[in-house]
Amino acid sequence: MSEPETRPDPDRLLAQLRAEEEKARRGALKIFFGASAGVGKTYTMLEDGRKQLAAGRDVVVGYVEPHGRRETEALLAGLPQLATRQVSHRGVGMLEFDVDAALARRPALILVDELAHTNADGCRHAKRWQDVEDLLAAGIDVYTTLNVQHLESLNDIVAQITGVTVRETLPDAVFEHADDVELIDLPPDDLLARLREGKVYLPQLVERALAGFFRRGNLVALRELALRRTADRVNADVLSVRRLQASPGPWPTRERVLVCLGPDRGSARVVRAGRRLATALRADWMAATVETPFTRRLSEAGRARLAQNLRLAERLGAETMTLSGQHIADEILSCARARNVTQIVVGAPGKPRWLRAVIGSTTDDLIRSGGDIDTHVVPHGRDDDEDAEAGRGEQGDMRAPLAPRLAPGAEPEDVTSPALGPGYRAAALAVLASSVFAWLMDWAGLTEANVIMTYLLGVAYVAARHGRGPAVATSVASVVAFDLLFVPPAYTLAVSDTQYLLTFAVMTGIALLISAMTVRIREQAEASREREQRTGALFRMSRHLSSTTGTLTLVHVALIQLADVFGKEVTILLPGADGRLAPPPGAPADFVAVDERTGVARWVLEHGQAAGHGTDTLPGCQALYMPLAASQGTLGVLGIRPPQGVQLSAPEQRQLLETLANQIALALERDALARAAQQVQVAAETERLRSSLLASVSHDLRTPLAVISGASGALLDEDASREGVVRDPATRRQMLQSIHSEAERLSRLVRNLLDMTRVESGALVPECEWLPVEEVVGSALNALGGRLAGRAVSVELPADLPMLHADGVLLEQVFINLLENALRHTPEGTPIEIRARAETASGSAPRDAPGAPGALGAPGAPGGATSGATSDVRDVVIDFSDRGPGIPLDELQRVFDKFYRSERGRGGTGLGLTICRGILQAHGGGIEALPREGGGATFRLRIPVSGQPPALAPDPAPDPAP
Amino acid sequence: MSADVPANLPLVLIIEDEAPIRSFLRVALTGHGYRVVEAERGDTGLIHAATYVPDVVILDLGLPDMDGLSVTRRLREWSAVPLVVLSARGQEKDKVAALDAGADDYLTKPFSMPELLARLRVALRHAAARQRGDAGATVETGGLRLDLAARRVTLDGAEVRLTNLEYKLLAHLARHAGRVLTQRQILKEVWGPGSAGQAHTLRVFMSQLRHKLEADPARPRYLLTEQGVGYRMAAE
Repeated sequence: MSEPETRPDPDRLLAQLRAEEEKARRGALKIFFGASAGVGKTYTMLEDGRKQLAAGRDVVVGYVEPHGRRETEALLAGLPQLATRQVSHRGVGMLEFDVDAALARRPALILVDELAHTNADGCRHAKRWQDVEDLLAAGIDVYTTLNVQHLESLNDIVAQITGVTVRETLPDAVFEHADDVELIDLPPDDLLARLREGKVYLPQLVERALAGFFRRGNLVALRELALRRTADRVNADVLSVRRLQASPGPWPTRERVLVCLGPDRGSARVVRAGRRLATALRADWMAATVETPFTRRLSEAGRARLAQNLRLAERLGAETMTLSGQHIADEILSCARARNVTQIVVGAPGKPRWLRAVIGSTTDDLIRSGGDIDTHVVPHGRDDDEDAEAGRGEQGDMRAPLAPRLAPGAEPEDVTSPALGPGYRAAALAVLASSVFAWLMDWAGLTEANVIMTYLLGVAYVAARHGRGPAVATSVASVVAFDLLFVPPAYTLAVSDTQYLLTFAVMTGIALLISAMTVRIREQAEASREREQRTGALFRMSRHLSSTTGTLTLVHVALIQLADVFGKEVTILLPGADGRLAPPPGAPADFVAVDERTGVARWVLEHGQAAGHGTDTLPGCQALYMPLAASQGTLGVLGIRPPQGVQLSAPEQRQLLETLANQIALALERDALARAAQQVQVAAETERLRSSLLASVSHDLRTPLAVISGASGALLDEDASREGVVRDPATRRQMLQSIHSEAERLSRLVRNLLDMTRVESGALVPECEWLPVEEVVGSALNALGGRLAGRAVSVELPADLPMLHADGVLLEQVFINLLENALRHTPEGTPIEIRARAETASGSAPRDAPGAPGALGAPGAPGGATSGATSDVRDVVIDFSDRGPGIPLDELQRVFDKFYRSERGRGGTGLGLTICRGILQAHGGGIEALPREGGGATFRLRIPVSGQPPALAPDPAPDPAP
Repeated sequence: MSADVPANLPLVLIIEDEAPIRSFLRVALTGHGYRVVEAERGDTGLIHAATYVPDVVILDLGLPDMDGLSVTRRLREWSAVPLVVLSARGQEKDKVAALDAGADDYLTKPFSMPELLARLRVALRHAAARQRGDAGATVETGGLRLDLAARRVTLDGAEVRLTNLEYKLLAHLARHAGRVLTQRQILKEVWGPGSAGQAHTLRVFMSQLRHKLEADPARPRYLLTEQGVGYRMAAE
């Protein structure tokens, strides 16, 4: 693990290249970095901005706090400025940077002062650096300023030096990922001189500043910090360059740091120490907290602090995890071994030495069992660090109403007195009941041992039902009651026999032990029940999701499962076809509509990070929004509104939510992939069909083309040489004839192919009109014209045949194809018969139904010819019969297959009948091939007719008689 | 056929972008006693129509620069020259639109030369009749004879009794014998404007006429259906 690497790790190089690519699309961040206010950061930034403006770039000032400095104001005058946003905070109007306006304006470069600034309520983000992240992500370059005391990892050091804790902090990652950091340095004496001249603060504030933050000692120390931090950064840059160029040199060993966290305030300091250690070692680091039965008893405030500590670690770049088990040290160490951790950072034990000697401490356990893992013990910070009033440098001093301080998610501690809780009432009742029962036993003459047992039973009961406090109260009260009621002298606390003192001590000890053990069992049971609940929820979710397909169904199932665990107000937003995020129909989404104005869901989708309630981004939202992140990006957004008063920031809740969100995302992705795979399969199938079509068609195309080009070539050749073989006029004519007929065959093939394409592409939408069968038959026979010569074509159409509701052009095509088919496959001179009849849809054939309405052809009565149809759905059946060789039984089905050609068939394309079937199916009808009695084949068409033709147009006014 | 050709050979304007089709038309038409002018674009076609004043125009509906329908409309703004449109199969709607816009007839590619010559003859004859201001007192095709002045219809010499409306329909078709008429054109003429949606009424009356005039109504000789377009009374 600690082998020195001698060549660059390709994965790491790749990661670095990727990061650079990512950067190319992002805007560049330049930080003007200084030791304290007044060194001239804003001034330099504005000067640089002016230079860029003069160089022709689109530069805009997003937000600059001039602090009444004349030099700054003079510089500001020449630069275009973005309007600030008026935010009302607790009734006081405040000016804030308007990130939405900046994004809309899209300058090439924007100047935003004070990167560590905390935004007022109602802004998009809690912190200004988050605004800046959005700007960078949008490809806008940003210039900004930062004081060293605002860096998160130096926060406690600065507090030690200056005695002032700075509240507005900036995650180190932002500073480290900045593309450029320019140190603005001013020796402390010069700065103090400037301060006295009133160039930094307004005169009335100078004295206060000089006495507080701006002491010379402070300034020297801060300057050193700033210089060192900048040097570190330069060092990191050099390393990065070296790595990229693979120049030989010492490569850092792989170290890993694990920071142990608790719910105490001091843990924040442990986190920062861990972070500094990791940075110094250039190591990956992680932060872990262990959930034990003890942590379940934490107050709301304790939980909030734990969550806060974890978030701090996350912000500082750690991977965070929540372990769960009985024994903290064991869990930490097993995690450390599993993750190849080399350094553990832990807070110093807070317990007094004697107590540690008795019950031990996690820190001691870690050191004892750590083996080859180094353990660093960090002294806890003063618990009241964070409550100290902070002089907050230039931001704090200069802005009249202080910005809100509440860390998001941290509720004010709510300590309610538990004295009158139901547990204590139960304790009192238990003691009372035990006493009554014991008194009865005493009266009955039973021994004191039984009395004591009765009291212990009461203690066990209360412990099992109501927890530690009431159990302890019951123990004490039981001893007192025993003394009062049963130890002589009765009804006083006095004791006549000193032996009883021992009895009291043992009784108290046993009572406490019973209560402790019972409570512990109960807590373990509760913990395992909760764990079981979580596991159960996960299991159910994964089982339901894995057996579901279809995006909407998946979302629906996921919502039901989520609502089971988290309550009703859950929704999943998926981007629709128009890119807008919308909840699925039927999901409760009132809060989505409210939150939509903030664009929070869109932000989550684009950034792949959680936002909304309980987070640092748009914390004013009603709901928490989590990304549904899968391997191919964020697929959607999970929105959840916690029930009133419930925090979703508890680590185990968040983790469960994240795990469930991941499962949903994976299920959605799996579904999308399955669909994509299916589409690929369909495409492949289509491709296969297409190539078989091509193979078949190319043969059919080549044959006539060969004849045409061959025959015409021969004729041309003969014309040119005059010595050709084709001199005989009869031969010439024969050749011309074959050119002509092959051209017609080609034309027929192309027509069929086009029809086929229309049928198959689904573009075949019949334009139905009311048509007499007779007319379509007539136009089809006409179209074939002379080719029917020599054939007896008989047409039998009953007079009462209803009109068809069909597309005339398509139906004519069917008839032509069937007639051509008959001409091709039956011997010349054999008859062709066309017969039609109407059938009720059930299939019986009322051929001779008298006076069937809607019929045609009753001459002389135009008005009544088609009126008054009554039946709803009927089929018109049309038979095309021939007296040819017939179709073998096993081919009756296959004749309709694409490119199916009977062996006896000549010159057909194998498409005609397929087209017929396609057209009839588009009409809701069908076609079948039947053997015919007495030889030959019948093609039976069935076309459903529903409804009736409309009434005839009224007669026009009659012409005057001639 | 050459006997019919007047001394002054009729001039055909061919507006067609495909050179092979133009050249085949030129050869064939010249061989059958026509003079030919060619244009490969719609705009030049319109200019030629104004300069050369052709006796008949053949127009391809699929031109590269403007669609045939607008050529038809613009030509009809100032000229009554007979116009035959050429179209690919499956463009029934375009054909009907061109006919409604004033084209006299249509042919579907691929077409045969005799078909084209027959269409040109019919178009020229109708134009000549129109110029004479004489729609012809009688129309005769096969055994069917219409005496338009006397409102008499005879089939193989025997008088056929028709209702007023049937006669009106038949007479309209007979006046344009050989030419295709769209359903809309017939309905407008016979039933009056506002009857455009009544295609099935027209079909019912056509069927009645066939039953009175045709020996086999399912294989009509006189009253032909152009599926998807309209009707045509057979000429010659």
